[in-house]
Amino acid sequence: MTTLDINSGGSGADGRPYHETYKPASHFRSKDEEFDAVKIGMWLFLATEVLLFAGLFVGYAIFRMMHPEAFRNGSHYLDWKWGCLNTIVLLFSSWTIATAIGNAQRNEQKALRRNLLLTIACALLFVGIKFTFEYTPKWSGWFFKFDPALSHYEASGQTALGGMFEYVEGYGGKRPGSLFDYPFADNPYEPMWWSIYYCATGIHATHVLIGVGLIFWLYLRARKLHFGPGHYNAVEIVGLYWHIVDLIWIFLFPLLYLVH
Amino acid sequence: MTTLHGEIPGAHGSHGGHDHHDGSYLDRKGGMVSTIIDWATTIDHKKIGVMYLVAVLTMFFIGGIAAMLIRYELFQPVRIQTVGEMAGKATGTDLATLFGQKDMSVAQADNIYNRVMTLHGAVMVFMFIVPGIPASLGNFLLPLMLGAKDVAFPRLNLASWYVYVFGSIFGILAIVMGGVDTGWTFYTPYSSSHADPGHWRVVFMILAAFILGFSSIFTGLNFIVTVHKLRAPGLGWFDLPLFVWAMYSTSIIQVLATPVIGITLLLLVFERLFHVGIFDPALGGDPVLFQHFFWFYSHPVVYVMILPGMGIISECIAVHSRKQIFGYKAIAFSSLSIAAISFLVWGHHLFTSEGELAATIFSALTFLVAIPTAVKVFNWIGTLYKGSIQINTPMLYTLFFLFTFSIGGLTGLPLGALATDLHLHDSYFVVAHFHYVMMGGTVIAFLAGIHHWWPKMFGRMYNERWSMFACVLVFIGFNTTFFTQFFLGTRGMPRRYASYPDEFQTLHQISSIGAAILLIGFLVHLAVLVGSLFAGKKAPANPWGGLTFEWEADSPPTTHNFHHEPIAKHGPYAFDDVVPPHCDPKDYPLADPLPPGAKAH
Repeated sequence: MTTLDINSGGSGADGRPYHETYKPASHFRSKDEEFDAVKIGMWLFLATEVLLFAGLFVGYAIFRMMHPEAFRNGSHYLDWKWGCLNTIVLLFSSWTIATAIGNAQRNEQKALRRNLLLTIACALLFVGIKFTFEYTPKWSGWFFKFDPALSHYEASGQTALGGMFEYVEGYGGKRPGSLFDYPFADNPYEPMWWSIYYCATGIHATHVLIGVGLIFWLYLRARKLHFGPGHYNAVEIVGLYWHIVDLIWIFLFPLLYLVH
Repeated sequence: MTTLHGEIPGAHGSHGGHDHHDGSYLDRKGGMVSTIIDWATTIDHKKIGVMYLVAVLTMFFIGGIAAMLIRYELFQPVRIQTVGEMAGKATGTDLATLFGQKDMSVAQADNIYNRVMTLHGAVMVFMFIVPGIPASLGNFLLPLMLGAKDVAFPRLNLASWYVYVFGSIFGILAIVMGGVDTGWTFYTPYSSSHADPGHWRVVFMILAAFILGFSSIFTGLNFIVTVHKLRAPGLGWFDLPLFVWAMYSTSIIQVLATPVIGITLLLLVFERLFHVGIFDPALGGDPVLFQHFFWFYSHPVVYVMILPGMGIISECIAVHSRKQIFGYKAIAFSSLSIAAISFLVWGHHLFTSEGELAATIFSALTFLVAIPTAVKVFNWIGTLYKGSIQINTPMLYTLFFLFTFSIGGLTGLPLGALATDLHLHDSYFVVAHFHYVMMGGTVIAFLAGIHHWWPKMFGRMYNERWSMFACVLVFIGFNTTFFTQFFLGTRGMPRRYASYPDEFQTLHQISSIGAAILLIGFLVHLAVLVGSLFAGKKAPANPWGGLTFEWEADSPPTTHNFHHEPIAKHGPYAFDDVVPPHCDPKDYPLADPLPPGAKAH
């Protein structure tokens, strides 16, 4: 990446960069029309993302109403400091990708690549913090062992995931549903809280990882000078995606960590 | 075929000297292998539409086999061994072990029956009727009707087909692994805890529905953007053909409802694998929450099934009675209001499990849907009035649709009313009602649409006489099958049962004979349509004299759809303005050599 030849990404016969020679797909009348279409498409997709998480928020609201004590107890096991740090990391990454769009518009290739890499780093940091300091300590006491014979629901007090995990020692972890170690709970419905916590943050973390893939794809294209004032559609719409990932976390963080 | 100008307008290919020598989209460019690669990697909306047509009709065939097995089983109260064998062949290994068993316990028979019934429901709903019209006819026609070269995101379009096939493979895999007996609704806690514990096939079936949802979202999203951004110059919102309005409303539902089933099915998979307990009462969860989530998607999706059918009927009724559609805006807005109301009525599937107030409110909201639906039906009849009606297959199906769909719609009212629903709930009345809507509505409209646009899609005319014969068979078979079931329902036959008291046998037998007639009707259709591909007369560009843009393209259309960018000069149904009196409407609109202002592609 450091030895990038500034002319190597050219797509035209004269070696001009791709974004200067970019033409819209033949079924669009102009670049602007294509850009508009792409943006409407992405906004519609983001609407579907909001509705997907809305299901989880509705579940949260209903079970919180039904078992307020369980939710109060459950949320005490989360460390708001890690959540807060992750919020800052994600907010910062939203800023870096927004800046990257500006970089593309102003043809600042080096800054564009730097900001994309920074965004990826933040996303990985987010997932790293989540797994290392939040999921793993709560899960310890379980190890991976595939045994189809153990897969029956009736045996679920000791195994899970179709028998792929087996409980090995006395430590009670904080896991969703029947994986929850009941003696540790203050309230019989606390497993419900953990289920919602794991489903919501797990699906969100999956979105973060998809985002890493998308931004890395942008980075590879940026290295070939695909983006510039003449063409930055992909940077803009991946940016929109990244903002929704951030936005959803901004709702999850207070709901799970701060509201007691 | 003489016209005022003494030429044959709309004749194939020659647009007043502007012959670009563009081949039809069906032209083969090389050998077998390169043709297959060409189709597999195509981003042409027409080819993708045809690929979808083949795929959904294959699924219709698989679902139909299951339907025939169901009717075969119900011919006698406790029919056992032969159905067991047949179902074993249809649904895989577990059932195959039942081969040769002469006597089977009722529990075993029920087990087979539930699996065949789930196969029928899941395949028909998720793999045939939801993607059916939008993905096949919609994909083919929407850009043509807008005067566009393609949908807004052609590669996403191709991806949606592959996602559809991938999802269907998961579904088939679940069937081959032994079938699923949850019913297509996957109600918890049965589906999460008790159905085939520890086995993957239920998970596969749920994942199939989840994956197919993505295909649905992609198609809907694509259509919305296409309608917004790719309309031809001069084509305002109220110049859109009503099929486009119907597809637009459908797409809104697809985009806004599908994510909810996405998260529901995802949670159900988590429930099965990790026992998260959100829907499991044993762990403090709430199975009724699953039903709310499920129907929040699945009721709007009922309108994803029927709205495109209504769009087809609007097109057919205007074109084949050669009349300005009555109440264009009312029909357009009724599509949108059906889409909007569809999100407010899911609770009527849960009348028996919710409070009285909620049930009353949902009942009232349910009745609201009748208003825009009736607006449509009355406008269609208003269009027919004093029209010059041509009785051909599409028109015949359209008239059948008005009959069967009205029965389907009106029998929804006793189910939406609380008092009568308590009696009819989960009886064969419900089965008959939704088959009259889904099949008497959507499938009949689908057949009308296939015949209406067949010449455009493949450039060949089908045999009208044989098609009309098949159409009559389908009509007789359909009504014999399902009208009987209204009587079964009101007399107390519950749905989803493998056996029944002897008193119901006559009615069940009538119903099963009807199903056989229906099957023959479909097979004749298949033979006629496939035969027309090889032996059909070459179709002119505009065989019915339609005024919407798709009839300005060649039959079959060229790769880029039009020779020049079409310009809207008259309304989509302005037959009175465009066709002079005493002339053959088939000759209009005149083939137009590059109208002023048009850009050659």
